[in-house]
Amino acid sequence: MFTEKSVGQHVREFIVENFLFNQERTFTDDDSFLGEGIVDSTGVLQLVTFLEETYGITVEDEDLTPENMDSVNSVAAFLSRKMNSVAGSVPLDQKTVPGGQL
Amino acid sequence: MCGISGIVELRGARVDREQLTDMIATLGHRGPDAQEIYTANGTGLAHARLSIIDLEGGRQPMSSADGQLWITFNGEIFNYVELREELIQKGHKFATRSDTEVILHLYQEEGENCVQHLNGQWAFAIWDAVRQKLFISRDRLGVRPLFYTRTSHSFLFASEIKALIACGEVTAELDLHALDQIFTFWVTLPPRTAFKNIQQLLPGHSLVLKNGEVRTWEYWRPEYAPECDRTEDGEDRLTEELLALMRDATRIRLRSDVPVGAYLSGGLDSTFITALTKSLVGDKLRTFSVGFDDPEFDESAYQREASAFLHTQHSDVRCTRADIAHVFPDVIWHTEQPILRTAPAPLYMLAKLVRENGFKVVLTGEGADETMGGYDIFKEAKIRRFWGRKPESHVRPLLLKRLYPYMDGIQRQPVAYLKKFFHVAPEDLASPFFSHLPRWELTARLKMFLSETVRAETQSSNDLSELERSLPSTYGSWSGFNQAEYLETMYLLPGYILSSQGDRMAMAHSVEGRYPFLDHRVVEFAAKLPPRLKMKVLDQKHLLKRAAHGLIPRSIQWRFKQPYRAPDGKSFFSGTRNCAQDMLSAEHIKRDSIFNPGSVAALVAKFESGRAISVKDDMAFVGILSTQILLEQFVHRRGARSTTWKQGAVPALPAGGDPWKPQPHPVRTH
Repeated sequence: MFTEKSVGQHVREFIVENFLFNQERTFTDDDSFLGEGIVDSTGVLQLVTFLEETYGITVEDEDLTPENMDSVNSVAAFLSRKMNSVAGSVPLDQKTVPGGQL
Repeated sequence: MCGISGIVELRGARVDREQLTDMIATLGHRGPDAQEIYTANGTGLAHARLSIIDLEGGRQPMSSADGQLWITFNGEIFNYVELREELIQKGHKFATRSDTEVILHLYQEEGENCVQHLNGQWAFAIWDAVRQKLFISRDRLGVRPLFYTRTSHSFLFASEIKALIACGEVTAELDLHALDQIFTFWVTLPPRTAFKNIQQLLPGHSLVLKNGEVRTWEYWRPEYAPECDRTEDGEDRLTEELLALMRDATRIRLRSDVPVGAYLSGGLDSTFITALTKSLVGDKLRTFSVGFDDPEFDESAYQREASAFLHTQHSDVRCTRADIAHVFPDVIWHTEQPILRTAPAPLYMLAKLVRENGFKVVLTGEGADETMGGYDIFKEAKIRRFWGRKPESHVRPLLLKRLYPYMDGIQRQPVAYLKKFFHVAPEDLASPFFSHLPRWELTARLKMFLSETVRAETQSSNDLSELERSLPSTYGSWSGFNQAEYLETMYLLPGYILSSQGDRMAMAHSVEGRYPFLDHRVVEFAAKLPPRLKMKVLDQKHLLKRAAHGLIPRSIQWRFKQPYRAPDGKSFFSGTRNCAQDMLSAEHIKRDSIFNPGSVAALVAKFESGRAISVKDDMAFVGILSTQILLEQFVHRRGARSTTWKQGAVPALPAGGDPWKPQPHPVRTH
C-alpha cells in the first residue's frame, strides 16, 4: 500500500542514480536539493518528468515551487496530496516502477 | 602561420639535430609547405611553414644579414608594411618582403621592446648570438600558442605540446591540479597546462633565457577605465570611431599573398566582419559556415541570408551528431587538453572545408563577445547585481527569465527555481568574481566524478586564491561589468576560445584564422568605453550593433544572441560505434584511476536511457571522455596518435599545388 515513506525511498533512489551517479553521499530527507547542490538548475525538470512518468500524474506549472520539489520529504508530501486529489488515477500500489512494486 | 620549436642546451652541448627534427615533424599540420632547421653549437631552431606572405623570400629560420640573429616565427605582423618603411628610413636594408624580417630589424633597433610596435598575432623566438640569449614573445591576446619545458640539460619550446613530447626526453603526465582547474574555470590558470612540468607563455608576455635562467614579464594587458571614462564623448562619435577602427583592423588583416576567406556563422560579429571584408575585396569574397541537422543549434537560415545580402560565394558543411563523435579523438589530439564542450568538433570540420576549397586564411568574428559586451554571463551578472541590491524584490528576479532564451531547460523553469539557482548571497556582491560564481560553482560539481585518490590530491588547492593573486592592482577600481570582461578576455579567450576552438582546429587543417576584433587598438578602445554603451540596459553589444547598422541585414543586427554551441554528450549515442565505448569502459576508467568507475557507468547509463540530460551532465560526459582520450594519446601512446582513430591527412590544395607532404626530415638545413 502507498505510503509517504515508500515514495520517499523511491524518490531518493531516483536522486542518487540521476544526480549523484550512485555515489554514496549522505543527505537527509529534508535537505534542499538546490541548496545542497544535489540537483542542478535544470534538474527539477528531470524530477518532474520522473514523477509524471512513474506515477501517472500531471505536474502543473503552479505546482513547480521549491516548497513542493526541493527535498525528498517535500516531494513525497506533494505526491501524496496530488494523488489524494486526483480522482480515478491508478492506485500507486498497483503501479510497477523501476524499483519493483511499491 | 606556422609551427615552431627549438632547443637550447644549457651546458654547452651540441644540439641533437635528430631530436629537433623529430619535434618539428609533429607540427606538419601547422606548416605543410616546408620544414627547416637551424643549429649552431648549443642552439637549434626549427620551423614548419605555411606560406602566406612573401612566398619565396619568407623561408625560416631566418637570420639577420650579419648572421648574429636567428628567428623562428609563427604568425603574422599585420602592420609590417608601415614598420618596414619606418625601418628603411632609419637605414635598415631588407633582403625580403616578409614580415619575419621586419621583426628581426625591429629587434635590432628596439631590443625586447620591439613587441610594443607590433600589430599582429605571433609566437616567435629569436636567438641572439651576441648576447647568447633566447628571446621569446607571444602576442597580446594569445592568438598563437607557445609552450616550454626544461629537461636536465636543455630548454625546449614549441607551438604545441606534442612537439615537446616528441623530443624523447619529456614525459607527458596529466597534471591533476590542471584537471581540477578545468573542472571549475573551463581552462587551466596559466602558465599551467594540462601536463606536469610543461608551461605556456602567457598572452602579452615575453621570455628571456640567458645563462640557464628563465625570466618572463608582461608587456601588455587590457587596462579598463572607471565608468566615467569617455562619457564626454557622444554615442554617435564613439560609433564612428569604432567603425573606423574596425575597418582598419580588417584592412590590414587582408594583407596576404594568398586569397583570404571569411567564416560566416549567421551572427552579428562574423556578418559584420564579412561586410567590412566585402567592402574591401569585392564580389570575389568566399565565405564558409557550418550547419547542424539539429535545429536547436542550426543557424543556416541566417548564414544564407547574410551571404545573399553581402553577395558572397558561400560554402557550408553539415555536421551531424555522428560526425562529432567521429572526429572527436582527432579534436582532442589537437586541443591537447580536456574540454567540456564538443563545440571545437564542428569547427574542425569547417576548417577542413576551407582547406578543401583551396584557402589558407580566414577572417572571423572572434573577440567581439569578450570586448564589446556580448556574452550572456555579462547580462546574467547585471541582473543578479540589480536583484542583489534589493533581494526582497519580487519583480527584479523576473528578469532572470530574460536570460538564455535559446535554452529550453532554463526557459521552462519557474522563477522560483531560477531564483534558487541564481541566488545572490550578500557576500557574493563583494566578490571580485561575482559575475562568474554561478558558472564556476556549477562546473565545479563535475568534480564529483573524480576518484577518491584525485580528490585527495587536489583538495588542498585553492584556485580562487591563485586567480585572485594574479589580478592586476587596478582590478578593484573597475566596474563589475569590466571585471567580468577582463576575466573572459584573460582566461576563457586564450585558454579555450582561441586555442581549443580557434588556432588548434584551424591549424589542424593548415588554415590560419585572423581576428579583427582582437586588433589591440580595438581592444584598448573597447576597454575605455562606458559599460552602458556595451550593454544598454540589457541590449548586448549595443555600440557594435550601431556600428554595423546598414552594413548587415536588420534581422541579424537585431536577432537575440545565440552563442555558438553544438550537440554534446548525445553525439556519442547516435547508434554508431565511436570512441566513447572504448574510452569510457570500466577497464579504461579503472586503469587510469582519474574518475570513479561507478559514477562514470551511471552517467553513461543515463545517456543510454534517453532520459533528460542537464548542462552539468553534458559537461561531465565531454570532460571525462576528453580526459580519457588525452590520457590514451599523450600518456599511454606517448604522443603517438591512435592509428585506429586517424581520420586522414590534411587534404591537398586543389589548384596550384601545396600538396600535403609529411616531411619527417627537413628539406633544407643551415
